[in-house]
Amino acid sequence: MITARKIETRAAEVNVLTGGTGPDLLFLHNAGGVTAENPFLLALASKHRVFAPQLPGYGDSGDSDNIRDMLDVTLHSFDVLEALGLDKPILVGHSLGGMIAAEMAAIRPREVGKLCLIASAGLWLDDYPVPDIFTLLPREFPAYMFHDAAAGAKMMATGGNMNDPAFLIPFLVTNARQLGMAGKFLFPIPDRGLKERIHRIRARTILVWGDSDRIFPAPYAQAFKALIQGAELVSIPDAGHQVVLEQTDAVMAAIARLG
Amino acid sequence: MKFTWFNLMPWPHLPDDFREKNRSVWVDIDQALFDPARCHEVYNDYLDLLEYADQLGFDGVGINEHHQNGYGLMPSPNIMAASLARRTSNAAVVVLGNSIALYNPPIRVAEEFAMLDIMTGGRFVAGFPVGTSMDTNYCYGTIPGLTREKYAEAHELIIRAWTEKKPFAFNGRYTKLRHVNLWPNVLQTPHPPIHIPGGGSVETYDFCLDNTYSYSYLSFSGYLRAKALMEGYWNRVGQRNADQSPYRAGFAQTVFVAETDEEAERLYSEHAFYFYNRCLHVYPGFADAPGYRTIKTIQSGALNQYMRPNYPTLTWKDLVDGGYIIAGSPETVRQRFEELIKGLHVGNIFLLLHVGNMPKDKCMYSTKLFAEKVMPHLRHLYPEHASDNRFWCKPIPRRATPAPVGHAEMVPAQ
Repeated sequence: MITARKIETRAAEVNVLTGGTGPDLLFLHNAGGVTAENPFLLALASKHRVFAPQLPGYGDSGDSDNIRDMLDVTLHSFDVLEALGLDKPILVGHSLGGMIAAEMAAIRPREVGKLCLIASAGLWLDDYPVPDIFTLLPREFPAYMFHDAAAGAKMMATGGNMNDPAFLIPFLVTNARQLGMAGKFLFPIPDRGLKERIHRIRARTILVWGDSDRIFPAPYAQAFKALIQGAELVSIPDAGHQVVLEQTDAVMAAIARLG
Repeated sequence: MKFTWFNLMPWPHLPDDFREKNRSVWVDIDQALFDPARCHEVYNDYLDLLEYADQLGFDGVGINEHHQNGYGLMPSPNIMAASLARRTSNAAVVVLGNSIALYNPPIRVAEEFAMLDIMTGGRFVAGFPVGTSMDTNYCYGTIPGLTREKYAEAHELIIRAWTEKKPFAFNGRYTKLRHVNLWPNVLQTPHPPIHIPGGGSVETYDFCLDNTYSYSYLSFSGYLRAKALMEGYWNRVGQRNADQSPYRAGFAQTVFVAETDEEAERLYSEHAFYFYNRCLHVYPGFADAPGYRTIKTIQSGALNQYMRPNYPTLTWKDLVDGGYIIAGSPETVRQRFEELIKGLHVGNIFLLLHVGNMPKDKCMYSTKLFAEKVMPHLRHLYPEHASDNRFWCKPIPRRATPAPVGHAEMVPAQ
């Protein structure tokens, strides 16, 4: 059972989804956001006391003009930890959330002991240019996000009619709030210099990647593995960028390896 | 009334099957469709046309900035303006404008506009668009959610650079300059008039009112569809208790003039279709990066014009009846323009008399008819505001002229 609570940081009012019992775990969501019904969040809560703060601009969190760059969002995330009174929780981040988690672990290496980066953003390889997700139309997303695009399309279905302003305008507002914020870290190229800092990470690190990830294909997993000392890579078959939804159990098993 | 002959400078050689075989005229358009040698001719023709408009007595000649596209071949309108400064003599050179968030540091715009203001002898009107999302975000990499803040900072810096007559330090978030001291600086006082292209956001209405800038709606869907947006603007002008001078507003209109309505269709329909079907063929994923428009603007329901209409299904009759274009005999065009000018309450008209792949001779024909048989009948609308010079340039009376080419060898005076 997931509940929501509000906390304040300097940057914004933050809605934190929380639930479960077990070791403390902070989950940082991807550019699509997270809701209380998210199956992966529910799986995390079955083994942990999970906290999933929604980034400013997402869900019931407030907007923030004070978050403009990577350092701002990284420090904001530490402020969230502080406000929640958490001490060295397991840190799990997916995609954009992985990029933020990796920055946190690099900037304050002694305060992040266990780290799981799932299909993480943050690096750029010239030979494997990341698709420009900011140009994708809603109907184009499933093929990029899922190993099984047809099943993914069902999961992502908005259930609304884009020609109906009563649906379209709130849809565009949500999109502008969320991706407007995500764009500060991902647009036009999702590289904000992590490779200059990533060597500082001391956490025990598990990397989780879907074998069919079309956003950050396999060489990105290898790049993270090469740059983070002692990192262990768990590659998961039959899974794309949304590995957390397509192979939830396998991702949970990988996180369990952090002990 | 102020009539500006405006040229978008489209690439006129997009193939007939462009729409079917290409996803976008902008951002990732196929390099193979470009031909620099043909562009040499195209630029020459387009500059000829702008110069012709000056000779025919248009109040302004207008150009603008776009990037990586076949819709408008002017990554730097200032280069075109510099050329026009020498080869035009009476018309205002209207650069509408420079996307000021894209310049680093933005005093580059202040400097180049100051140069143009001086070169033209004050025949210069400036524009500060945010730029389309295609240009600003996808071609120039500006982060969508920070674009407006960057724009606002660039605007503050440029105006201060033009108006503070001593060196100052500028500690912005995006630009930090210890010594701002433009040299040369602008000719017009306090600075050239500024026009702001907008798409229906209240923030832009207020920005224009706060600064006494003219609000321009550069639409391709014509004056009938512009009514609601312009009413929103004038309502805001009223709420703010500002005067209702029509020069507070501008409007761009595609127009074709011939001897008769039938001749207009026969001569020009292919060029209208070229423009609407090829030049505006923008991939929807490039039209509006999330975060580029403010939440308020989205909530107002003002959808981005590059992602809205489905032009290919429109016939010539649809384009004319729907007011997308104004086309026909001089009398037809005059009547429709009077409706437009009065209906939208606008004093600045940006005439898109060159359209799509229209060749030079047809464009000159249409332009001449407009200048001689339409413009004189519209010129004196709004006589009660004739003295409002806040939104137009103020040239110096005695302006230097270029020496004739090939003039006799000069002997220094003894």
